Amino acid sequence: MGEVEPAVAAAVADAHRREWAFVLAATVRVTLDLDLAEECVQDAYARALDTWGSAGIPARPGAWLTTVARRRALDLLRRAATARRALPLLVTDPVLAAGSEPAADELAVLDPGAEELAPSARIAPEGARRDPGGAGPVSVAEPAMADDRLRLVFTCCHPALGTDTQVALSLRLLCGLSTAEVARAFLVSEATMAARITRGKKKIAAARIPYRVPPRAELPARVGAVLTVVYLMFSTGYAAPTGDDLMREDLVERSLDLALMLRVLLPGHGEVAGLAALILLTDARRGARVDAAGRLILLADQDRTRWDAAKISEGAALVREALGQGAPGRFTVMAAIAAVHDEAPRFSDTDWPQIVGLYDLLMRRWPSPVVALNRAVAVGFADGPAEGLAALETLAASPELAGYGYLSASRADFLRRLGRTGEARLAYEEALLLTGNAVERDFLAARLDQLGS
Amino acid sequence: MSQYLILIYTDEAQWANTTPEDAAQLTKEHMDFGERHAGVMRGGNALQGTNTATSVRPDAAGSFAVTDGPFAETKEALGGYYLIEAADLDQALAVARDVPMRFGGVEVRPIWEVM
Repeated sequence: MGEVEPAVAAAVADAHRREWAFVLAATVRVTLDLDLAEECVQDAYARALDTWGSAGIPARPGAWLTTVARRRALDLLRRAATARRALPLLVTDPVLAAGSEPAADELAVLDPGAEELAPSARIAPEGARRDPGGAGPVSVAEPAMADDRLRLVFTCCHPALGTDTQVALSLRLLCGLSTAEVARAFLVSEATMAARITRGKKKIAAARIPYRVPPRAELPARVGAVLTVVYLMFSTGYAAPTGDDLMREDLVERSLDLALMLRVLLPGHGEVAGLAALILLTDARRGARVDAAGRLILLADQDRTRWDAAKISEGAALVREALGQGAPGRFTVMAAIAAVHDEAPRFSDTDWPQIVGLYDLLMRRWPSPVVALNRAVAVGFADGPAEGLAALETLAASPELAGYGYLSASRADFLRRLGRTGEARLAYEEALLLTGNAVERDFLAARLDQLGS
Repeated sequence: MSQYLILIYTDEAQWANTTPEDAAQLTKEHMDFGERHAGVMRGGNALQGTNTATSVRPDAAGSFAVTDGPFAETKEALGGYYLIEAADLDQALAVARDVPMRFGGVEVRPIWEVM
């Protein structure tokens, strides 16, 4: 194997990032076995690295990779029949199951030598109307239910799997992260993560979690479960609860990729647009959130010229779209709050009464102590620190917030602004004890210093 | 088609406090459930309470320890089961959600199929 040209390496990396779910989902349809499909898709990417240099980078990398992966799968299936299979086959729609046999017409497409590896590779009759790029909002019009990626999404995020497992399987199967990368993202050992992923796959096969898009009646609840997984991925990446980095950008980026992919696959679901908007509008502030030394910068002190204007306008458009689709869901309201922040030229221009109003809406429909805490903070800016503090005091007894560092940090900030230095000091010290994130600890320690003695 | 066992877990203390009318009503609900799902039903029974249970474990001496009571003490104990046939977990869960579950809930377990 010779040196890989940088352009080829970049094209393969890009295809890995953008097409993994598409290629894997189309290959699973042939294998009905997640492990075997992953193996074949990995082979296909390895082969792309070897051959794209001499043969040229195909115009449709997703189709090329799918053809190679599926042909490899058919080869393996023919050669080894079912003997090598450790787990039962996935259950899928009868139509798909029939199509998954190495049927004569499919082999005819796949077999005639190297020709089909040309850029215009045909993978299957229905391949033509799919969008292997997947990322472009241009393909909104495509028949949403026809995409194999959705089957993979709903299988990974099936409620019969634990939430941790759903997130791990999504990162692995939908985003193509290695087990080591998934383990690093969640700060667990590779062995622990490997065991979690293996258990998840085993349950999918043994309990026969179907490789299928749920029927319309179940769709709202099931889409909700998928969005929860993507949101967890995002929030884990955005406010890394422990460790030295405030953010794990790879997780944030993957969650955005997934949200945008779901937007293509599930057009007309307001909350899907809402979640994509929330991620865009929050992540738009990434460049201003930490200073050169890695120190946390509060929203109030951020250099807003460093916010990503393109993400903000894309996100704001998505919020408006989501708000136009009936009663707004949780993520849509959260995105609307983020949009109000993002569209204020200066912190002092923030429309706090509107933010309090949006939190009120959130509290009425999705009450949680954390939402109540954020609402109290907004009240502190809309009506002054004394009112904010009063709103916080009613939360202090909430058992869910016991041990939650942000409550102490918010109290500390209100007390500081009220000039109640002694109490502020105690609250900062409490917050310091409760946070495990090094960047946030540094921030709190600096605030404590500024209080003087 | 696969088979799934739906294990019905019941709070026996609550069950003990039901009136005969309530018990008759619950029995009727189970009969109705059985009729609604007759096409997929492969078996099912209610069990006598855990106070009738006897557990058997091999002991270190190569013999068996026979003890009074259920294998594990839990607030909600196995009180009955249905054996059903379903194409996949989603179908099995749809049947499971329809089981009368007044004093607890159900667990759905795929039958280990020998391939």
